[in-house]
Amino acid sequence: MRSDTPTLLGHFERMLLIRGVEDEIARLRTAGDMVGSIHLCSGQEAVYVGAVAALDLSRDAVFPTYRGHGWALACGVPPEALFAEILGRVAGINGGRGGSAYFTAPEYGMYGENSIVGAGAPIAAGAALAASFDGSGRVAVAAFGDGALNQGAVHEAMNFAAVRGLPVVFVVENNAYSELTPIADMTRNPELFRRASAYGMPGGRVDGNDPDAVARAMETCVERARGGGGPALLECMTQRIVGHYIGDAQHYRPAGELDRAVAAEPIGRLAERLTAEGVAADELDAIRARVADRVQAASRLALDSPPADPATALEHLYA
Amino acid sequence: MPEITLSTETKRLSYAEAVNHALRRALYERPETLLFGEDVAKPGGVFGVTKGLHREFGDRVFDTPISESAILGGAIGAAMFGRRPIAEIMWIDFSLVALDQLVNQAPNVRYVSRGAVTAPITVRTQAGNGPGACAQHSQNLEAFFAHVPGLRVGMPSTAQDAYDMLLSAVWCDDPVIVIENRTLYHGAKSDVRLGGEVEPIGGARVRRGGSDVTVVTWGAVQNLVLEAAEELAAEGIEAEVLDLRWLNPLDLAAVRDAVGRTRRLAVVHEAHTFGGFGAEVVGLVAESGADLLAPPLRIGAAPARIPSALSLVPGILPTREKIADGLRRLVRGEKAGDAGALR
Ligand SMILES: Cc1ncc(C[n+]2csc(CCOP(=O)(O)OP(=O)(O)O)c2C)c(N)n1
Ligand SMILES: [Mg+2]
Repeated sequence: MRSDTPTLLGHFERMLLIRGVEDEIARLRTAGDMVGSIHLCSGQEAVYVGAVAALDLSRDAVFPTYRGHGWALACGVPPEALFAEILGRVAGINGGRGGSAYFTAPEYGMYGENSIVGAGAPIAAGAALAASFDGSGRVAVAAFGDGALNQGAVHEAMNFAAVRGLPVVFVVENNAYSELTPIADMTRNPELFRRASAYGMPGGRVDGNDPDAVARAMETCVERARGGGGPALLECMTQRIVGHYIGDAQHYRPAGELDRAVAAEPIGRLAERLTAEGVAADELDAIRARVADRVQAASRLALDSPPADPATALEHLYA
Repeated sequence: MPEITLSTETKRLSYAEAVNHALRRALYERPETLLFGEDVAKPGGVFGVTKGLHREFGDRVFDTPISESAILGGAIGAAMFGRRPIAEIMWIDFSLVALDQLVNQAPNVRYVSRGAVTAPITVRTQAGNGPGACAQHSQNLEAFFAHVPGLRVGMPSTAQDAYDMLLSAVWCDDPVIVIENRTLYHGAKSDVRLGGEVEPIGGARVRRGGSDVTVVTWGAVQNLVLEAAEELAAEGIEAEVLDLRWLNPLDLAAVRDAVGRTRRLAVVHEAHTFGGFGAEVVGLVAESGADLLAPPLRIGAAPARIPSALSLVPGILPTREKIADGLRRLVRGEKAGDAGALR
């Protein structure tokens, strides 16, 4: 079953928003308004938009990584609050405490990035553990990269969730790199979804550059988990079309690889599909213009917000 | 392979280049050394510190999966069987996912076997806050490791020490953690003496002479201490700055000597004041019966997680202003202690 055109247009707009925000962040970082290490998710938007489309954010909980801007925006975090967070401003979603790589937005179902690789997976299992007692029907999503599958915490989380039949979906954003090192130097079996069977849970692989395919595969996992069927692992094949962090020269990429990744990126692909389904070029352009305006307005709002107040730095440590 | 001579030569190097020279020398002179960690080999390290070493030394320098327990446990096991691994943990914060290997395993190997087996590993890592870094990439955990008997802990703050202390660590037959600082890696170059004898671990260094107060410090924050000392010198206050370099073994004699001369003690570290290693230094000096003119002063981070926003950080970490202010009060006999340490 394929999704209808309005649904796909929604995916298109949300992916464009993520890309537009990331491009603006790159500009602000290069201009020096933002500092520090920033990990963009450009090229991987279909994973976030597709996966979140299958969730009920009034009760589900997402636990992404430091590469989490896309997850946040897909969950509905306003771009101005994200910009302001990375700029270290009062209007930031955490008032500047989290920054690019460690902010949280629980009011949007986004329960926090994590800058420790793999650390979110057991916490997501815990959110699912609570669901197994509170009758909420909550499903937890643990999102992490291909490299994180080599971290002990992730294995403990998967086994823990499997043995207790917890409602967790482990979403692997397989972009074929752990920072600067390719997956072939990390693991012998590149079919990461096969690890799921070792824990007695279903695992599958999906085209992670197709938001519709991700959404449908995710629906299957989410429904199963919500119905008491236990966890599953969904491996989304994607690629970042930017460096691991802003400023990464990507010398480690073989010639031509980046061009191929750009040619396969999800936004252009979806635009082609929508055009083939009869959507007029004007309609797509109108969406592009609307998103660009929204990004610019959000960026201006964030830049107008004052820096976080150092006098508040010690607040909120204890109850 | 270009010859590495044992004869001394001096080169202008950054801190990162000094580490690279030490690693290269260790790999060259000690065929039992291995160098591994995340992104260290083909990419040459996320900070470029290990550049060129994989090309030069082949399989003895390799990239690992993101598996800190395997990195550290693997280092320990290999060391028990004659290798001399130099393992990199990219950020000290990540050592926490494998703390078992550093606390329950490495220091017990020699002790329980009564020396029949040893684990001479060197763990290179880097710590501390940098612009925009989050709470999981900003910590100073040296006191954690210094608390564990059997682990050696050093924190080089100059390019020369980055070279010397790393070699001392590799040559040492104990498990050693060398905590570098990424904000120092690509700073100004300085003259670094290369070659020569590798000194045993340990030993503090006086970085600046002064007669009014002794400031014991270590790590990158030392540069703020030296700036604060210059500021005070203009006001007629002369601070002696003692770089501890090694927390284990601790050069208590140097601390006692210095405090005996100035009769005032301050300790400055970037780590949290509460439960920090500064408390150990102050405690040891107090126990030694030092006759001080004023209560000792500790300056460190206030008790909070470390926020990302640049404007929030000075509310928590030591700054040049806070250091200068504290030392000024200490010397003038005003109340200088950081009451914020207890909360
Ligand atoms: C425990 C731990 N080890 C190492 C790191 C450093 N690090 C940050 S991102 C990263 C690569 C992660 O690769 P992957 O899981 O594939 O995610 P991606 O960055 O590709 O999205 C590494 C090694 C870390 N943050 N935490
Ligand atoms: Mg990856």
